[in-house]
Amino acid sequence: MTGRASTGLLRVIREWYKPLLLLAPALAYLGLFIVYPIVDSFATAFFYKGYFSLESVKYLLYSPLSKFWEALRYTLVLAALVVPIETTLALIATLVLLQPFKGRDTAVYILTIPIAISDVAAGLIWYSMLTSKGFINKILLGLGLIDSPIVFFGYEYRDRALLAIVMAEVWRSMALVFIIIFAGAQLIHKELFEAAEVFGASFWVKLRHVLFPLIKPSIQAALIIRTLFAFQVFAVVWVLAGRDVPVLAGEAYYTLVELYRFDVAALYALVIAALSMSTGVLYLRFLRARHLEVGRS
Amino acid sequence: MNVGDVVRALFVVLLASWVLLPIVISILYAFAPSDEYYSDKPIPTSFTLEHMKLLWDLGAREAIVNSIIVGLGTVILSFLLGVPAGYALARYAFPGREAVKLGIVATRMFPVVVIAVSLLKTFLKLDLADTLLGLTLAHTAMALPFVALIASSVFAGIPRELEEAGFVFGLSPLGVFFRITLPLAAPSLTAAAMFTFLLSWNEVFIASALTLTNRTLPAFILTSALATPIDTIKFAAAVLMIVPALLFILIARRYLITMWAFGR
Repeated sequence: MTGRASTGLLRVIREWYKPLLLLAPALAYLGLFIVYPIVDSFATAFFYKGYFSLESVKYLLYSPLSKFWEALRYTLVLAALVVPIETTLALIATLVLLQPFKGRDTAVYILTIPIAISDVAAGLIWYSMLTSKGFINKILLGLGLIDSPIVFFGYEYRDRALLAIVMAEVWRSMALVFIIIFAGAQLIHKELFEAAEVFGASFWVKLRHVLFPLIKPSIQAALIIRTLFAFQVFAVVWVLAGRDVPVLAGEAYYTLVELYRFDVAALYALVIAALSMSTGVLYLRFLRARHLEVGRS
Repeated sequence: MNVGDVVRALFVVLLASWVLLPIVISILYAFAPSDEYYSDKPIPTSFTLEHMKLLWDLGAREAIVNSIIVGLGTVILSFLLGVPAGYALARYAFPGREAVKLGIVATRMFPVVVIAVSLLKTFLKLDLADTLLGLTLAHTAMALPFVALIASSVFAGIPRELEEAGFVFGLSPLGVFFRITLPLAAPSLTAAAMFTFLLSWNEVFIASALTLTNRTLPAFILTSALATPIDTIKFAAAVLMIVPALLFILIARRYLITMWAFGR
């Protein structure tokens, strides 16, 4: 059995050495810099000088400095707020921008701008809108709608800071969701719509029975990719609220850079990875399902 | 023009202003004199380079140079590794290809926090911590899955017949690649290269964790510019960060949608 398996392997190598050779450097690099760090994080989090240790877990759960549960809660709350809001907005934007009209391309390009803007910059940009001397407060004061500026930042106001974070995150990452869904919608052939029109389908029928089923894979992909990234939210939160609104990646950064607790930082990294992995499994399953569909048709 | 058109136009204008207004405001405030920013005027009318100069002297200049070095290094390294891999995935139907593709997708989804913590530990041992080389290696790990997948979709979009014609006219396989395939792929690959540069330029978590004195721009902003109590310096920092992003959208916008349509 093993003999046959190894000659099989040899045959594969002999026949396919070209693509294997082309792929080898990239795969080796990914192994060294992504797969190994995962293994290494387990070792860092759970082993001290070669012995199994739960010090990191103890710190996470019992240290008065630890904000683990709060960070977990805020991370999940942020993902639960940001992802549905931006997906709904991106969906509406796709519907509006799908049919050509004058100025449509410009509108599409404008909507995609934030995909190139970093989370640090997005946080700072929204800071300029929302400080006590920021644009929104000045406008509201000028219109006489408020008497004193709305304060968004500072520990007592962290519920409002959360609102600011949601706004900045939706602003920044809606572009990605929009691009994925819009790109998917553009692949749909015009003929389908025209056929639906010939048969007298109304706008809503076209939407429900032609467009929506066809862009469902794009929506799913966008949802899952964005959820994965939402679990890693860091810079926007750090810029707008610091540790007043703790999140998992922010706590990882704090324990690593300020406290030099590699074990705790590694544990935080593993918690984020576990959250991502459970979402990632969904993603892979859905991708496979799509491959099967393509294979069938 | 009927009611539907008006509603649509209104909605489009609203969406576009939602994206553009914060950018415009932060740029205006970054160049506004302090007394105007602290006044009640929502739109400043004077212009000053004072905040930008202060930020520059605080260390933004060195940070920008570092960011450019790391960004270019990341583009070069990730393309050297990723373009051949993408070509293999697009042109050869070898056993296990789909598994390899899925594996690359999976690594692309991996949290950068994991990479940062582990690499800092390793780099401290290897004397690579706080070096631009170390950061370039880390950013390449982050960018490589993207480059390989994009390159694969770009090469898959080039008709095989053109390559076969090259063989008919007596070109070697390398000759075909460099004289037919690569020139055809060049525009899309250039757009991908620019986006790769941006990935590195924008990345803040690994950069802040791995460097201390050799900060890139976002790491410098996160640690230094945020520490100042002066708001206008922060707005200036935002403007410095978004310059390459706006250039990218201006130059490569046509490729953005197609890149995402087929890059998955």
